[in-house]
Amino acid sequence: MTSAAVDASPEDLRASERGTAAPLDDHVHLARFDPATRRLHAVVMATFLGLAATGMPMLFSEAPWARALATLFGGFHGAGLVHRFFGAALLAAVAWHLANVCYRAFVRGERGLFWGPTSMVPQPRDVADLYAQTKWFFRAGPRPRFEHFAYWEKFDYWAVLWGTALMGAAGLVLWFPVAASRLIPGWMFNVALFVHGAEASLAIGFIFVVHFFNGHLRPGKFPMDLVIFTGSVAAGEMRRERAAEFARLERTGAVRSFVVPDPTPAIVRRGRLIGTAGLVLGLALVSLIVYAVAR
Amino acid sequence: MSIRVIRFALVVAAVCAMSVSAAASGPSSPPATSEDCVACHGDAGARRADGRSIAVDAARVAASIHAPLGCVDCHAEAGKELPHPDRLAKVACGSCHDDVAGKYHDSIHAWAKEKAGLVGAPSCADCHGTHDVAPHTAATSRVYRDRVPATCGACHAGVREKYDAGVHAAALKNGASNAPVCIDCHAAHATARTDTDAWRLRVTGECGTCHANIVGSYRRTFHGKATSLGSARVAACADCHGAHDIRTAADTTSTVSNARLVETCGRCHQGATAKFVQYDPHPDPSDYSRGAVLWWANRFYWLLIPGCFGFFGLHSALWYWRSRNDGGRS
Repeated sequence: MTSAAVDASPEDLRASERGTAAPLDDHVHLARFDPATRRLHAVVMATFLGLAATGMPMLFSEAPWARALATLFGGFHGAGLVHRFFGAALLAAVAWHLANVCYRAFVRGERGLFWGPTSMVPQPRDVADLYAQTKWFFRAGPRPRFEHFAYWEKFDYWAVLWGTALMGAAGLVLWFPVAASRLIPGWMFNVALFVHGAEASLAIGFIFVVHFFNGHLRPGKFPMDLVIFTGSVAAGEMRRERAAEFARLERTGAVRSFVVPDPTPAIVRRGRLIGTAGLVLGLALVSLIVYAVAR
Repeated sequence: MSIRVIRFALVVAAVCAMSVSAAASGPSSPPATSEDCVACHGDAGARRADGRSIAVDAARVAASIHAPLGCVDCHAEAGKELPHPDRLAKVACGSCHDDVAGKYHDSIHAWAKEKAGLVGAPSCADCHGTHDVAPHTAATSRVYRDRVPATCGACHAGVREKYDAGVHAAALKNGASNAPVCIDCHAAHATARTDTDAWRLRVTGECGTCHANIVGSYRRTFHGKATSLGSARVAACADCHGAHDIRTAADTTSTVSNARLVETCGRCHQGATAKFVQYDPHPDPSDYSRGAVLWWANRFYWLLIPGCFGFFGLHSALWYWRSRNDGGRS
């Protein structure tokens, strides 16, 4: 959840304590997402797109494009197989992530995972940030000074976690109904299919519209924010976007420990390619839904 | 010589004379009239050389829907010369009813008769009759709705027995004129084989022409979605309800009665239990009495989904608007 930082050199720390360290150049890159987080995002991104593309023919089975979309994956049964594969992969990734969080918290004794400025857990400051952001929307206040994760990012994170747990459970019931019927009555299959579909509508709409806008398409980020692909962000951008975090890091002097080499052109190109593919596929799937619903 | 033979000879002579005079006066001979035909075939005792009756009851023809037609309109070959050859070509109904003949031609019945050599397979006359052909709206017709099961049942006796035991036959007997008979599901002329995936998937739509709500609820299920996408490996209507001997769920002999659900569901879902079959194959999330949890789930998501999209939609719109007015800065 927090970034792995390069150790600060003793010289930097001393300079920081004396308050004599030169301010960071805006173009210097600071670590934001460690490789494990980026890998997790890549798996979630790939499996989510795959799950959406193979599940949408079922959710919108009477849409004119449903059969054609299923045919891309070998028809109804092929799409079902691919869907289960991606579902299992996403469940495995989320299970790995939860195990990793537990390992960091309870084995390595890492602090600040469940509370504090770098935690993903919603806290009073998120409510205050939302209020300040709303005031900023209406020109009634300054831009809020965000910490490591802003409230909309926390919402994304918990929505994916909650959605995966719920849809994963419902998906397993639908995958193994006879086994599930040892624990739950058959009418729960009806609930499971409904919840799986409703939660899918919510997730697809949320990720491909709201997350895309907040993370990538909004002015200032358009067409995409590469931070999740490169792992680092320019100091100038961080100073603007995460004012509270930047100030905290400067105050403690730890900011220099986050300095990483600029992402190589190859990494930036790869990020652009993956990001563009994700955006195009996601928006294409949303267009199909809009077409099916509006028809 | 009997009187009959003399009369026959006279007719032949007269016809020959007419043919000769026609040939002399123009390129085509005048067709034989129906009276000419009746002269021979009108005799109830008329027989072919092999002893088979060739008698035609003119009164039946006159009472049929083909009354305005002359004999040679159908038996064209017989009109060319008299006496006509012993063997005439089969009557080609398609020369007038070409659309129907086209459908029949692609049917399982035509395939059986023409390709598989099943001589008992029906062609037009087997269902519609010959000289007494009547419109399907006439109660006397063999293809009148109420009589269709008997007509098809003449060959498909086992199916008819099952059909007669089902709710659709009972409804028909009780005067429900829209109750389905054989041709409603199987089609009258384009009758297809029933062991194909295409037929399995299509017939669900046929059930839906009457049971629209029931098929609508089926379409909400995994089964219904899968068949919509072309999978024939999951349950369609007939797999649970049966095809011909469909009975109500209240009937304990029905495949969908509570007494038999474990067996019926278990045909696909090996190991299905009484708990398993509490599944609702026709759910309606807006009907509280069919399932309270599903109803609540529906309510919940009808609040959650618009709530989420409403909140973040507005949030994104305001953000966009504010950023635009801020010179594109985030």
